[in-house]
Amino acid sequence: MTQIKRKSDTKMVPVPSMAIVPERDIDKAPVLEARHLGIEFGGLKAVDDFNIIIGKTEIAGLIGPNGAGKTTVFNLLTKVYQPTTGTVLINGKDTHGMNTVQANKAGIARTFQNIRLFNNMTVEENVRIGLHNQVKYGMFSGILRAPSYWKQEKKQHEKSLDLLSIFDMQDMADVKAGSLPYGAQRRLEIVRALATNPSLLLLDEPAAGMNPHETEELMENIIKIRDQFQIAVLLIEHDMNLVMGICEGICVLNYGRIIAKGTADEIQQNPVVIEAYLGKQKEA
Amino acid sequence: MKNKKTFRSNLITYLLVIVAFVICQLVLEGAIPGVKMTRSLKGQLVPICVYIVMAVSLNLTVGISGELSLGHAGFMSVGAFSGIVMSSWLVSAFQFENETIRLIIAMVTGGVFAGAAGVLIGIPVLRLRGDYLAIVTLAFGEIIRNVMNCLYFSLDGKALYIGFNNPSLPGKLLVNGPAGATGVDKISTFTMGFAPIIFTLFVVLNLINSRSGRAIMAIRDNRIAAESMGINVTKYKMMAFVTSAVLAGMAGALYGLNYSTVVASKFRFDTSILVLVFVVLGGIGNIRGSIIAATVLTILPEVLRAFSDYRMLVYAIVLIVVMLATNSPLLRNLVERIRPKKKAEAKGGDAV
Repeated sequence: MTQIKRKSDTKMVPVPSMAIVPERDIDKAPVLEARHLGIEFGGLKAVDDFNIIIGKTEIAGLIGPNGAGKTTVFNLLTKVYQPTTGTVLINGKDTHGMNTVQANKAGIARTFQNIRLFNNMTVEENVRIGLHNQVKYGMFSGILRAPSYWKQEKKQHEKSLDLLSIFDMQDMADVKAGSLPYGAQRRLEIVRALATNPSLLLLDEPAAGMNPHETEELMENIIKIRDQFQIAVLLIEHDMNLVMGICEGICVLNYGRIIAKGTADEIQQNPVVIEAYLGKQKEA
Repeated sequence: MKNKKTFRSNLITYLLVIVAFVICQLVLEGAIPGVKMTRSLKGQLVPICVYIVMAVSLNLTVGISGELSLGHAGFMSVGAFSGIVMSSWLVSAFQFENETIRLIIAMVTGGVFAGAAGVLIGIPVLRLRGDYLAIVTLAFGEIIRNVMNCLYFSLDGKALYIGFNNPSLPGKLLVNGPAGATGVDKISTFTMGFAPIIFTLFVVLNLINSRSGRAIMAIRDNRIAAESMGINVTKYKMMAFVTSAVLAGMAGALYGLNYSTVVASKFRFDTSILVLVFVVLGGIGNIRGSIIAATVLTILPEVLRAFSDYRMLVYAIVLIVVMLATNSPLLRNLVERIRPKKKAEAKGGDAV
């Protein structure tokens, strides 16, 4: 198997397993395992028989033409939709019957295609919402300003500035999230998701609306985040430079079905994938 | 920096209330020569306190939690009647006459019962969103009023009798169904009305600036994102709704013990809307605005007595003019020009 060359010189993590390719080692349990995942909307199979395994500290990509069902897969993994068939295992734990909140606690955090920040709150407060289940104190200690309030508030403040420093956003901590420029909003979403202490980070089109320079930076940052936090990343992206540049395993979706899995090189040469993409272009 | 800013803003709110209270007290005692309060205005002092608490607590539901609730008067009536029954029972069972402590116990009781009603109503209501939630809270407000219309309480020494649609109870009838509570001890005072305001401000402002408050606001801003960040939506919506109900119940007890007769039809739909008007006019989510709007709009009908028959017409016109004026870009520009500091800050925020 070909080793993907890296853009940053950060220290190597335990060899990233070639996630999507079935024959590779995955510690004890993979971070994510989807088994025969499927969902129907009124008879329409939006996603059908979706199988994927993602190893620890792996960067995987999910690509496909528009309307292939990529975001639906994300919604299934995060339990926004309950699947009609199959199930999802996070760190070996079955998520059957869980809701979005429980899925997040089990270790999945996500960003959104159409940015969903808390616009009327500041940047720091947005990150603090991510820390909600990490740094805790009760409602009454909050109202009565008990010692635990001051202690945990300080901890939250330090932690959120720490997280913001990944993207050098500490200076913006007091700015309203809604007034940030587009790129910064996308970065803030990633920081907020990281604050929930996930073992798998789902990024829905993280580079959308970014210029090539910003995309380059984002690629470095995704690798940096993976190395620093030792987490797996699954991303949806249309920017092929980004996908081919950093994804160790790629999964191609078309009409809700997986049509190909493999490394970047394998995917680029796969005739089925080429047909799916070029066929789409012909129709358009 | 942010903390300092909210701290200063909260301090201004507290000071505003305290200064207003001190001035009112001085005027009442005649310490300021030449300034006198009319009798009708004196009568409005406790209702102003009540409406401030109501407006601030409704602002917690409408402004902070983002749910339009039209049944706030329902919680007020639960608080009023439970408070009245409690304060009378204290007298009849324990010969307990201290008015201040009785009022405090009555307000706590009102808060507890209204909070319980809030939990019961919140369970079905908070599953709904937007307009549907508004309609169902409206319906529940009416249900509470109608239930209150059928309740009879009577006191016989230590015993408290409760009848539903059944006025033939032993002892002295205290709450007489549709005729309401009669012969209530008027133990509410302006000083004691001031306490729940400070309490409400303390609870609401501290809640907003805590972990729970941020979770509540996150749900308002983006429910789906809040859920995927691991925030239990039902729990925090309930927290805001019940806290708001408890505070409304306290206000209700204060209100009920300010009159010798209280009937359930006092807490109709119009009262809910009136409180909502305070919140909207003061600015949704703006606690200080709610306080000012509640005060001004409660005094206004008294001040407009000179217009006699046209009083409510002028009241409505004033409302509309204020709404138009505060929304006009012309006035906003003017305000921004007067406050150059804030403008520079806003620009700095955009530039990053």
